[in-house]
Amino acid sequence: MENNISDNSKTASSKIGIVNYGAGNLFSLGCALERQNITYGMINKIDDFDLYSHIIIPGVGHAGAAMSKLKASGLSDAIKLLKKPVLGICVGMQLLTAHSEEGNSALLDLFPLQTRLFDKDQHIKIPHMGWNNVDFKDNKLFYNILNLTQFYFVHSYFIEYNPIFDIASAHYGGRFSAAIQKDNFFGVQFHPEKSGAAGEQLLKNFAHLTL
Amino acid sequence: MLSKRIIPCLDVKDGRTVKGVNFVELRDAGDPVELGAKYALQGADELVFLDITATHEHRKTTIEMVKAVARELNIPFTIGGGIATIADAEALLNAGADKISINSAAVRNPQLIADLAANFGAQFVVLAVDTRNIEGKNKVHLNGGRVITDLETEDWIKQAENMGAGEILLTSMDHDGTKAGFDCKLLKKINEMVNIPVIASGGAGSKAHFVEVFKETDVDAALAASVFHYGEILIPDLKTTLQQSAIPVRI
Repeated sequence: MENNISDNSKTASSKIGIVNYGAGNLFSLGCALERQNITYGMINKIDDFDLYSHIIIPGVGHAGAAMSKLKASGLSDAIKLLKKPVLGICVGMQLLTAHSEEGNSALLDLFPLQTRLFDKDQHIKIPHMGWNNVDFKDNKLFYNILNLTQFYFVHSYFIEYNPIFDIASAHYGGRFSAAIQKDNFFGVQFHPEKSGAAGEQLLKNFAHLTL
Repeated sequence: MLSKRIIPCLDVKDGRTVKGVNFVELRDAGDPVELGAKYALQGADELVFLDITATHEHRKTTIEMVKAVARELNIPFTIGGGIATIADAEALLNAGADKISINSAAVRNPQLIADLAANFGAQFVVLAVDTRNIEGKNKVHLNGGRVITDLETEDWIKQAENMGAGEILLTSMDHDGTKAGFDCKLLKKINEMVNIPVIASGGAGSKAHFVEVFKETDVDAALAASVFHYGEILIPDLKTTLQQSAIPVRI
């Protein structure tokens, strides 16, 4: 897509690279970044990672299928070695975990966490769809956002709640991870690109995040 | 806590909103982008655009409209009308639609539900059902209620859920346009029968009707058109009323 990037783009202070592995609906994410005047481009091959200061891994649909596509893109090993800020969104967040019950899939294993199917027996509807309160810790990702603000979720699988990596949690049936962080890797289960003003603020925070 | 969603529904034709939009402060009441953005700003949780032309020739116009909406809107939206193939759905997904709603095409070819869910995930597939009570039985209707089918509403919805529908948009034709309230009895029955989100539609005339549908049934969302378009109900007022009635909403 961006084969003719000039050298001066490499020196851009904040530019988001979206991992383009066939995850679908990249258009909405791109639009949300444009509304915030955040420059972005697509990462199609390993060299492209060098062009951007911040990386987003998008994702909708099936985690197992997404992982297969990510592997096929040849980008998965490079992602694991990244030292710049990385944000996984929805299935893109789940890809950062060790394993998903969806398709019994081994994932990137950057977080020693499990992605599990919501339990119907808790009398909850699946998918978890709509706006839910996000209870977060003090974290740069949530700068200028009020605690318990609602974000838009749509997912059937969730990352188990854990006190070590969770920077935010939400409740549906039980408590689950709404956002996680380990070093330079961040993940959000909700869709900031569809979460109104708060989601836009979060994207801005990520774009300007320094480690 | 997961909020109950309030969803304005906009009819569009050839990429323009039609019918009953009466906001004085709008520069162009027929512009789906401006109208959608206005609803988002007022606190709508989601929008549905129903493409009432949706003929093959007009498909391109619809795609352009969806793209324009996606550029501006920071909340999720669904597009429905005339979607009959995987290719139709994919074009809309790539244009930025969060969900699609299917109706007649799914009745004619139920496999479409399974195919769409397999390709794009269940969360992308909303099954819209128009139902009317005929001699004590709830029957699925097509073409805005003009064509009756042999399908019983309960059976069809159960089948659709099993095939991979991610959400049900249930419109009671007996209540639609009456402004006498939602069909709580039927909505309660359907909602208790399925394990996917249900959107109530048809009959909204007052804020009390929204309170009623969320109190009497446990549906996930309520959709309306004219009461919002004519400004008879303002979304911030509605949300306040719902909150005062202890119904979880996003303020």
